[in-house]
Parts: sequence; C-alpha cells; structure tokens
Amino acid sequence: MKILVCLKRVPETTEVDLQITSDGKDIKRDQLVYSLNEWDSYALEEAVRIKEAREAQVTVLTVGEPDAQDVLRRGLAMGADEAIHIQDPQLLGSDPWVLAKVIQRAVGDQRFDLILTGARSGDEGWGQVGVNLAELLGMPHATLVTRVEWDQDRIKVFRELEGGLEEVLAMTLPALLTIQTGINEPRYVSITRIRKVRNMEIQLKGLADLGLSAGEVGASGSRIQVESLSLPPLGKQARILTGKGEELASQLIEIIKSKGGIGI
Amino acid sequence: MSGIWVLAEHREGSLREITFEMLAKGRELALQQGVPLVCLLLGNQISEMAKDLQSQADQVWTLEGACLEHFHSETYQAVLAELWSQGPPLAALIGHTAQGMELTPALSVALNIPLITDCLDVSISQESLRCVRQIYNGKIQSVTVTTSGPPFLVTCRPGSWAWPSPPAPPGQLKVLGLSLPEEPDYKHFIQYLYQENEAVDITQADILVSIGRGIEAVENISLAQELADLLGGVVSCSRPVADWKWLPKGRQVGCSGKTVRPKIYLALGISGAFQHQIGMKGSETIIAVNKDPKAPIFQVADYGIIGDLFQVVPALIEKIKENPLK
Repeated sequence: MKILVCLKRVPETTEVDLQITSDGKDIKRDQLVYSLNEWDSYALEEAVRIKEAREAQVTVLTVGEPDAQDVLRRGLAMGADEAIHIQDPQLLGSDPWVLAKVIQRAVGDQRFDLILTGARSGDEGWGQVGVNLAELLGMPHATLVTRVEWDQDRIKVFRELEGGLEEVLAMTLPALLTIQTGINEPRYVSITRIRKVRNMEIQLKGLADLGLSAGEVGASGSRIQVESLSLPPLGKQARILTGKGEELASQLIEIIKSKGGIGI
Repeated sequence: MSGIWVLAEHREGSLREITFEMLAKGRELALQQGVPLVCLLLGNQISEMAKDLQSQADQVWTLEGACLEHFHSETYQAVLAELWSQGPPLAALIGHTAQGMELTPALSVALNIPLITDCLDVSISQESLRCVRQIYNGKIQSVTVTTSGPPFLVTCRPGSWAWPSPPAPPGQLKVLGLSLPEEPDYKHFIQYLYQENEAVDITQADILVSIGRGIEAVENISLAQELADLLGGVVSCSRPVADWKWLPKGRQVGCSGKTVRPKIYLALGISGAFQHQIGMKGSETIIAVNKDPKAPIFQVADYGIIGDLFQVVPALIEKIKENPLK
C-alpha cells in the first residue's frame, strides 16, 4: 500500500503577541517559532501506525519555503520512506485551490491508495486543500476523521460531527482522509532520530518540474486573496483582576460568592 | 444570476441553527443585491422543515427522497451541481460545519468556482465577495476577497449572525424536478454514533472548573479537581485535554463536545478558540485565568486574571480551606 501524507509548517501562535506588517497583508514572522501543523502531526502518526500494522510505503510532502523541510525531516524520523518538497518563490500568495493543483501535479501518476492531510491548519485554517485535492484526483474523501478501522482494503471511517455525535462511513480505497486531532497520540520524536535521517534524500520539485507556469500559481493564479489583516475587534472584554496571590484569591472568592457560586 | 442560495442543514429531522443564521445574513445580501433569497432543502419527509423555512426565505426549493435522508457529500454535490448548471446563484452560503467542510471544497473544484471558507461576515461589492475571517487561533482578523466570479461559494462560521430575520411574507415553495442521486458504493453511510453516557454530566453543573492546554500535565488535573470539590463543582475541559485522553470526551466543552450554561465557568489555561467559545459563552459568569493577555478567552470572559494558573489555583484552594465556604 502507498500512503501520502501532506504536511505544513506553521508558526506557533499560543502565548505569542502577533503583529501585522506595515503593508497590512501578513503577520511579522521574524520572531516566530515554527512547527508542524498540529492536525498534520496526527495525520503523520496515523500513516506511520498503518505502516507498522500492515506494510505500507509512506511518502511525506510539503509545499513551502526552504525551511519547510524541517517538517519533512520530522516525517522521515517518524518512519516515512520518502519526502517531496515543492518549493518555488512563485508559489507565494497561492490560494488553497492553487496549492491543491500543485500537489496534484506532484502526485502525477503515482497511485496512492491513501492520502492523509490535516483537517485544517492552525495558521490560515481554510480547511480546503485536502478536499480540493481529492476532487482534483477524482478520489473519494472523508473529513474530520477521528478513527479508521481496517478490514482488508475496506475501511470504516468515523467522522466527527457536532455535539459529541459521530458518523460512520464505509469506504474503499483509494481514499483521501482529512484527520482531526485526537485520532491517536503522536509519538515523541527525539532530536537524535531527526539527526539520523539528515542524509536521507528529499526530492525537490519546482514549478518547471510540475509543468505549471508562473501565471497559474501565486496570487495571479489564485481565485481568492487576503486583502488586509487587522487585530480582531475587542469583545466585551474581561474586567482584569490584579494583585498578589492571596489578594487575588479573596477577590475571586467574592466574585464566585456574589455570582451564586458557593455557600449562598 | 438567480439569487442568494442558502443550503439548509438538518440532522435527524431537525433544522440546525446555522441554517437560520445563514438565512438572516442571506436576507441582508439579497435585499442589497436586489435578488431573491432561496433556501435549498434536500432531505426525506421534509414538509415540516420546509414550512419553517418559508418564513425566512423568498423561495424554498426542495428535493425529497430516501437517498437524501441523511447528509452525504456526494449526493448533495450531484444535486447542487445539476441545479447550478440550470442557472447559478450570485452566491451560495453553506455552513462551515462537519457537513459543509465535507461538501463545499469538493463542490468548488467540481464547479470551478471560488470558495472562501469559515467566514464571520460576508458582503458583496463590485462583483467581488468580501469575507471577514479570523485566523491564527482567533488572534488576527482578515478580509479575504475573490478575484474571479461571480458566482461564489462561501462557508459560514456557526454563531456569527443573529436570527431569525424580521417577519416577511411566506416564501414560495418549489419542488425541484431533478433526478435523485445514489449513494456511491465507495463511500457509504452506515450510522450515527452517539457518545456513551458519562457518569458526570457537565451540562447539569452549576460550577465548572474547566481546564485547557495550560494544565500542562495529566498529574495536574488533581489540582483542578481539588478546586472543583471545594466549590461543589465539576471538572470539564477544552479540546486538547480530551484529545490527549486526559479526560473523557464527555467532559469536553465546545462545538464538537457539549454546550454548557453554568452559573460560573472558571476557564483555567484555556485560550478560547471559537470552537470552545460556542460551547460556553452562554455561561452566566465566566472567569478566565491565562498567561497570554492576547488569548481570545478574555474577549468572552467577565473577569480575567493574566497569570499562571499554578499560582492562582493553589492560592485559591488555600484561601477556601482557611475560610470554609459554608
């Protein structure tokens, strides 16, 4: 079985004070720490588990700047057999549909039985590329997958709906699944393991290799574009309590009491 | 272009709130553009739902058949594509939900139509769709525009718009003369799966001590439990804690978990992604403790402490122990 996992390198944003660039179109990136998109780490783990359980060849793929090869190294360290890095300055500003076309070209006539992507990314969060890719490849898909059960080449796919409800689908391969967090517990990958794969080849592909022209990608090939970024409008905003530990605790207790929480 | 379309979302015989939210926004867009608001309802035994929708749209177009009993992306896609080929709308609004996320990106490729997903606001000006989105964990707002079209496809974030719209004359009902699609063999609906009942029902608690990523380690949950015990409350959580299996899924508050409305919701180390907010913003009083002053939770909380929960919570526990509450 051949499995493809699509990975994205994204900036970490929790406990980070994000700033917007002067042209208003991007966030300031120089101080940011990047890592593998959280949803993709679950997709990658799922692929490696399938490989361990039932023999598969796993290919990891990313589209991005030179530094994006970090996520491919991580994939290789976790057990992927091959890595493809699509890299071209012209790709900057591509919308999700263009990215899906780019990946479709990179897949070419390789027949993957299973393609896994994250259900969405933690940066722009379109939630589009995976399903766009499935449609471009003419492959059945399921999104927000929280469990996969195998019966030979048939799979039972559990999708997360709202309010604690799930939906169970019977699917055959080939298929593309977009993976929801919590499907598994991604393993820890040590720096030593990542160092061990530093000499493994990463296939680099540019636009020419994919048979795409500059006009078909980037902002010019896209059908949607980000016009401007801003800080979100302030909501009702919490009244911020300040003070030392004990003092804060007293304030909190008073609030809890007055709001009918305790002892009344 | 024949109007603004809203795709009705329903499950097990009931319309979902997102349908009415989109109809409210759809009404606004339709008035502004001088086009009719059309609600599309695909399902089985849908006459009651169709009636409810007539009060909210100029036209309700229905297609009924056993194969449409439950949502399936491919049957929906086949119907929408055929309808589209008979005359597309100016824009079609679909929920950014488990249904819409499964359907819409595929539909946009099949129809070759631009799609903007997960929108909090939508407007149309000069032949372009302009959408407000929130990205990077809700820390940045973006305006995203289409550079081709119309027509347009857009998926809408649940909870973005107030409903219902003011009363209007009941809309016209039209039964679509389309062929009924079949569910393909390669992707077949088997069943819905309900969550197993939890011993602890977080929706019944007056006080919830809710923990998020900031709890850092499974051992630290005992700290939240101790506080909850002292307050006579229950421990709940945000998504990561359930994803890591530190607490059962039944304790998860949010869009894919439970919706809670306790008297007091104490959010400890929860950043407050919108999926979480959907499940707790109806709480009477929200108190948030978080190290990150820019965490979105402070935008919905009534009271906030910018600080480390591992300092705040032990101090609180100690204080309550000194002066027992009852």
